[in-house]
Amino acid sequence: MRDVATVRRDFPVLAGTANGKPLVYLDNAATSQKPRQVIEALTRFYTEENANIHRGVYELSQRATLAYERARANIQRFLNAADPHEIVFVRGATEAINLVATTMTRSRLRREDEIVVSAMEHHSNIVPWQIACELTGARLRVIPMNDAGELDLEALAALLNERTRLVAVTHVSNSLGTINPVRTIARMAHDAGVPVLVDGAQAAPHLPIDVQDLGADFYAISGHKMFGPTGIGVLYGRTELLDDLPPYQGGGEMIRSVTFEETTYAPLPAKFEAGTPHIAGAIGLGAAVDYIRHLSWDWIEQHEHDLLAYATEALTAIPGVRIIGTAREKAAVLSFVMDGIHAHDIGTILDQEGIAIRAGHHCTQPVMERLGVPATARASFAFYNTRAEVDALAQGVAKVREVFG
Amino acid sequence: MVDLRELYQQVVLDHNRSPRNFRTIPDATRTVEGTNPLCGDQITLQVVLDGDVIQDIAFTGSGCAISQASASLMTAAVKGKRKTEAEALFRAFHAMVTGGPDSEPDTKVLGKLAALGGVRQFPARVKCANLAWHTLHEALQGSGDPVSTE
Repeated sequence: MRDVATVRRDFPVLAGTANGKPLVYLDNAATSQKPRQVIEALTRFYTEENANIHRGVYELSQRATLAYERARANIQRFLNAADPHEIVFVRGATEAINLVATTMTRSRLRREDEIVVSAMEHHSNIVPWQIACELTGARLRVIPMNDAGELDLEALAALLNERTRLVAVTHVSNSLGTINPVRTIARMAHDAGVPVLVDGAQAAPHLPIDVQDLGADFYAISGHKMFGPTGIGVLYGRTELLDDLPPYQGGGEMIRSVTFEETTYAPLPAKFEAGTPHIAGAIGLGAAVDYIRHLSWDWIEQHEHDLLAYATEALTAIPGVRIIGTAREKAAVLSFVMDGIHAHDIGTILDQEGIAIRAGHHCTQPVMERLGVPATARASFAFYNTRAEVDALAQGVAKVREVFG
Repeated sequence: MVDLRELYQQVVLDHNRSPRNFRTIPDATRTVEGTNPLCGDQITLQVVLDGDVIQDIAFTGSGCAISQASASLMTAAVKGKRKTEAEALFRAFHAMVTGGPDSEPDTKVLGKLAALGGVRQFPARVKCANLAWHTLHEALQGSGDPVSTE
């Protein structure tokens, strides 16, 4: 049995203040805070093990290589990938998606082909595909959603056809909190012979992920959203699909042999990791995964479920507040609007109370347009948040009402 | 500790709730779009110019209280003014909102616009207050291209 007070002591930032008040950090969907264990892993690497990897004949480089590859194997277990070489280190989920979009553009995408995304994608799972379509003449198709923020799977069934090359959907919506039925979506796509890319940036900090069980052919995650460092993320890809794609960037590390006449590429995952990677970042992400494991998903899910229910009830009770995103299956993300008060003003007033939330369109402008709101205020929780912080949020929202009269 | 009442003064809340000159002008001389992509503030500003004089001005749009109140206060302040006078007001307004917490706004020049003086204590909100003015500047001087604060 863990208690949240003990967990919070692992996160130095949470003991701080903002505008003279104790910090109430509720912007975890933007980025999460880092536990000492992650910060120390970075420090330890730079103080004790720093060397370039995969090339040194000397002991220090071998240690750095070992630590980097251990992190890869660790993340393989975290996602339950079949092989460590299916884990490609990239800068974040955005680069992971761009890797697939760019390499598909250069190999498999043709005029009249179709890419299916959903109505609730982050811009990072829309724009790379629009660029791919622009370059190849392929078309973007969109799975619609209902007013609650749930995808219309019947519409997906109608969208899938022999020209569909990929279904790219988010696992958890960053602006609505919806947990999408990825397993069902993957089964439908596979029945039509179509591979599936899942944007897992918002899922990884909230729920256990098993890429094989989900049927994800590609899965993208960002380290900084799951208690790891910025600048590191992972593209998981099924061996067969990764083997099928051409290299992403050219450079050192990703080659087998180079002459001016011909270059042959290295096997997975090096083929997709040109140049010196973010070695320390990968090790830090490994430490973050260890940390999540040590807390246990059972505890995290139960605690966050309680926070979400408590916060939904607290905000719904305030007159003039409306929750945006009321899917049956939700992660601990709570978007809301207030009658006659813009989200940005809510954000400023809460900030004066030391409460950090996000106000805006959350890089999901199509979602805002679909639901007819210009912007929302979003409180997004992590396992270190408390009911007392939800109380502070509710009091802050009541204060917004007071300021606006 | 900054005071929220400084930012959300009655005048600001009132102009947000009941914006002045909130309408469209069918035969405007210039129509310019202004957006603040980060937070989604959006205004469409229209002016009717009679030579050098802003004979009529109106806006429509949506966004935070600061962006909407600023647009409303601005239209009221520059209506009937010469272009050069409007530009002088823009400079005074810009100096006020970007002057930092210890600056003293020129209330004689600014008049009612001084109600937005609280913005200078909230750096994240300066763009909201300036959006309407940048859009006006484009309408008066520029090519009429859409304005973005990013």
